[in-house]
Amino acid sequence: MATLTLSAVRKQFGSTQVLHGIDLEVADGEMIVVVGASGCGKSTLLRIVAGLETPSSGIVRIDGRDVTALEPADRDIAMVFQNYALYPHMSVFENMAYGLKIRGMPMAEIKRRVAEAAEMLEIGPLLERKPRQLSGGQRQRVAMGRAVVREPKLFLFDEPLSNLDAKLRVQMRAEIRRLQMRLGVTSLFVTHDQVEAMTLGDRLVVMHAGRAAQVASPMEVWGRPADTYVAGFIGSPAMNFLNATLAAGGTAATLKAGPTIAFADGPRAGADGTALTIGIRPEHVAVSPDGLPLTVDLVEPLGSETVIHGHLPGGEGLVARLPLAAGDIGAVLPLALPAAAFHVFDAAGVRLGG
Amino acid sequence: MRKKVIFKGIALPWLLLLPQLVITGVFFFWPAGQAIYGSFLREDAFGLSRDFVGLENFRDVLADPNYLAAGWNTVVFSSSVAIGALGVALFLAVQADKAIRGADAYKTLLIWPYAVAPAVAAVLWLFMFHPQIGLFGRALNGIGIRWDYQVNGNQAMLLVILAAAWKQVSYNFIFFLAGLQSIPRAVLEAAAIDGARPFRRFWTIIFPLLAPTSFFLLVVNIVYAFFDTFGTIHALTKGGPGQATSTLIYKVYVDGVQNLNFGASAAQSVILMAIVIGLTAVQFRFVERKVHY
Repeated sequence: MATLTLSAVRKQFGSTQVLHGIDLEVADGEMIVVVGASGCGKSTLLRIVAGLETPSSGIVRIDGRDVTALEPADRDIAMVFQNYALYPHMSVFENMAYGLKIRGMPMAEIKRRVAEAAEMLEIGPLLERKPRQLSGGQRQRVAMGRAVVREPKLFLFDEPLSNLDAKLRVQMRAEIRRLQMRLGVTSLFVTHDQVEAMTLGDRLVVMHAGRAAQVASPMEVWGRPADTYVAGFIGSPAMNFLNATLAAGGTAATLKAGPTIAFADGPRAGADGTALTIGIRPEHVAVSPDGLPLTVDLVEPLGSETVIHGHLPGGEGLVARLPLAAGDIGAVLPLALPAAAFHVFDAAGVRLGG
Repeated sequence: MRKKVIFKGIALPWLLLLPQLVITGVFFFWPAGQAIYGSFLREDAFGLSRDFVGLENFRDVLADPNYLAAGWNTVVFSSSVAIGALGVALFLAVQADKAIRGADAYKTLLIWPYAVAPAVAAVLWLFMFHPQIGLFGRALNGIGIRWDYQVNGNQAMLLVILAAAWKQVSYNFIFFLAGLQSIPRAVLEAAAIDGARPFRRFWTIIFPLLAPTSFFLLVVNIVYAFFDTFGTIHALTKGGPGQATSTLIYKVYVDGVQNLNFGASAAQSVILMAIVIGLTAVQFRFVERKVHY
């Protein structure tokens, strides 16, 4: 159990800058999920923490100790890989015992720890098998077990669920979270899946083009996204973005679609006429007799609700998630955009106030 | 995944197999049959008549001290060639696998010796180690080591081992390199995180994962050392000095082609064939199941 501190970690491969200075403080026992689209640098960040890559500059500290120059072996960490990376020539027991044997632990202690972890992960009956005789979910558990028996300071997860089928993924997700809370080991979990990110993390690091766009709790990231990238990345279907200008001395926005709507949470700085982006989540759009007319282009019924794609006067697209099976293609639906659900961003996409 | 092809009728599959069957038949089964047949016959000194003598050729060959000496030479020669060629190739493959810059150049250069004919390779080594005209031969004598493989049997053996192993390194290298590159990087990274240093990673992860490749190469190398090294020995030492570098395959040639003792030569061929079949069978039967994971 330990803290993890990253200070201004940068990485470049040749002339390509992959990480532009990442700062992060992870508290003891915290589960941090690093989430982002592929190519955003999240895996590189994890590999730098593991010691598999060296940062071009910056410092990695585990439990206050500068480990930047240390080999992976000297960092007291455990990692679960995307493709599990089990040792194919060793049995499940040997896979789990490998790291302990290297540390010169007595055989009795190794057996005790492996048995304990195997019981916790329900892989006790598989200990004598080879990895090729296991299913994807079982391999995943063995990989977890190999990390758990080490009792490391830090767990690192590199998209460990992405090779599993959907049902198993949901199940393993909950299991990983339970296990991590029970053991209280500080963890860094990398994923591109926003549902995994929201459900697993105490806090999220949303990465975008080599930068941490936002570091906050899942609900905060969802409720107060720091910029349009985060706003569009977290949430499904994605947030709507509407062009607007600042009006009424900063207390309202005039939408390109027509109406001027007063902010529910106070004025924004800036001159009237300043370009804005108003974000509103599809689930916050509601049907209302005096709303804006939305011409329906596509209807996606999901059973409990319906996702409607359409366009507003002025041509901007809008997606609404409505609790009814309403609307035919070509129909016009009156929709209210409640000001309380507005996310206001400036022209560069950065959140303004509220 | 292997794709299964199902043929309609039997003409096409047989036609496709035919070239391979013809080659195997003409160059293996026919001469092997001739050898077995010949091993039961004895020819008179002038080659005018042949008599059936049963197992007498075998009895004579196995009682011949020269034959037993050649057998021992073969054991020394084959195991040294196999171990040497495998060891050097593994070392080179591990190094080439690490190299990033210029890796292709190393690989190409390391593969070249395989394209050199055995006799030519032998001449190459002869020019290097000849006591009077060879660069290294002269250098060795220059620093006071009495180097003359034409007189010293141990030195002659060493030289044929070096020349024969050198030729096989390329072949082994290609297979080892392919084997190394098929080990997933993440497995090695997992071992590094588990605390294994490079040396330990090699012996506990890389080496066991290469075991199937090593096993296959061991079989190939031993068969090579038994049969394919005739040219090397013939060009370098002609089996001498004395009988020092005369292996079983070389003795087959000497007895059959030079001494024209066809019966004895055929019997030796049959014994050699039996040894290699037996050796390979034993290797597959007992070793193979232990090396596959």
